[in-house]
Amino acid sequence: MRYVIIGNGAAGVGGAEGIRSRDKDGEVTIISAEGARIYSRPLISYLVAGKVADSGMDYRPADFYERNNCKVTGERAAAVDAKGKAVILEGGARVPYDKLLVAAGSSPFVPPFEGLDTVKGKYSFSSLADARALGAALAPHKKALIIGAGLIGLKCAEGISEKVASITVTDIAPRILSSILDEGGAAAVARHIEGKGVSFRLSSSVKRFEPGTAYLESGEAIAFDLLVTAVGVRPNTALLKGVADTDRGIIINARSETSAPDIYAAGDCAQALDASSGESKVMALLPNAYMQGECAGVNMAGGEKSFDKAVPMNAVGFFGLHIITAGNYTGNVRAAGEGDGYKRLFYSDNRLNGYIMVGDVGKAGIYTSLLRDGTPLDTLDFEQICEKPGLMAFTSKARQEKLGEAR
Amino acid sequence: MKRVYVNEKWCLGCHLCEYYCAFAASGEKDMARALKDIAINPRIRIEERDDISFAVSCRHCREPLCVKSCLTGALTAQDGVIAIDGERCVGCYTCILVCPYGAVSPSENGAVQKCELCVKNTGSPACVKGCPNGAIVYEERG
Repeated sequence: MRYVIIGNGAAGVGGAEGIRSRDKDGEVTIISAEGARIYSRPLISYLVAGKVADSGMDYRPADFYERNNCKVTGERAAAVDAKGKAVILEGGARVPYDKLLVAAGSSPFVPPFEGLDTVKGKYSFSSLADARALGAALAPHKKALIIGAGLIGLKCAEGISEKVASITVTDIAPRILSSILDEGGAAAVARHIEGKGVSFRLSSSVKRFEPGTAYLESGEAIAFDLLVTAVGVRPNTALLKGVADTDRGIIINARSETSAPDIYAAGDCAQALDASSGESKVMALLPNAYMQGECAGVNMAGGEKSFDKAVPMNAVGFFGLHIITAGNYTGNVRAAGEGDGYKRLFYSDNRLNGYIMVGDVGKAGIYTSLLRDGTPLDTLDFEQICEKPGLMAFTSKARQEKLGEAR
Repeated sequence: MKRVYVNEKWCLGCHLCEYYCAFAASGEKDMARALKDIAINPRIRIEERDDISFAVSCRHCREPLCVKSCLTGALTAQDGVIAIDGERCVGCYTCILVCPYGAVSPSENGAVQKCELCVKNTGSPACVKGCPNGAIVYEERG
């Protein structure tokens, strides 16, 4: 059996580990545009900050490919020939497959700002190469401007905060982290980050750039030496356009299969069912990427695995303030446990839809399990669990299953 | 493999498991000296309310969500024991986001901590040895 995996991020690694959990002998080829090293992408902000050494960036040990008997091709995949069952590399070489996993990730999206081409010292913040380029340009006298107050933009701000003179972050949205926080949560986190010297310009977009200056719609001019664009990422779907069904991402089912025979997809390039809302979504998060990849790998190797519990979820910290969120913020809202930070639970129809915790995030996974499993809220003490996540809120029978049986 | 299991009805809520856990992790020889004047931060925790109490620690799941979700590869399954490499953990708390038991917690140094069945210190779970009433046991249950 010839397995081919396009991409060596978390989804690709999950795919390789999934295949090897069932098939030790089949030929596994990994096509990696970024070279052979498997690094943890979310660590790039820690690398820039100097909190993780370059040697600490590895997502898997250096002998991963050897130990798992995988061949690596350090060249970009240019096309998939589904009829001929081969991946065509940029150089023209064909890599034949019996089963293919597309784990091609996402790419930063840079809007066509007027005058952006005149700006020197502009960076994205999505890859190790980006982080190294930005890291080399940092200097104590330089002013940084970051476009985008999402997870990438703000992790970048934290990462460079002690290495530049000032940081301004702009976003079109009226609040920071608009994809994961509601107004109240965003306000609490924004206050904390501002307290560390970062300035925000929200509800505000850049009208045009001149070298060293951004002009906002409001008319304000912001001088900068370094520009980081972190507006968002787009799923890399091009390889399967016309080959399999795509929407924003490559559509996959619970087995990580695309609509094309013998082709699977996983991670940031894929679009799957959100178990907390029932909607089809790109959930570009490392845990989902790994688990979709692993699921694909097991199925590619003839196994039977289903991953139908993907939900949007994030754990992230900024300047020591932790945030954990999951699910969707619809239905009734419950504020609880206000003592140590900000917390909201969202529920309707006897189900938890989502939650936000800022500050005290202990045992958050118990909430995540409720929305992942669709646990009926009338089977537990909802008042109690709102106040504090714990197993105490479950029935003693449910607890016995959780704590008294092998899991 | 052998895991720690809870017999809720036998739990006295005495918290000795927490103290034995903290002692085992301290690497000290003398319990009184190891725990004197410190607020312990054990890897096993008693939940209690009214007359119910029970201990919660890592279940060492066969399909460990924490390991699969770990951003850095700091969490691994080693012969079924879910282990944390504190050097590689950056404290993102993704494991806290996904653990359905609330069994992973922050440590003092920024990394997370969790029960590792005492494989790195005393060899077998100190909490179980220290439980006076058999409310936690270390055994094979399939």
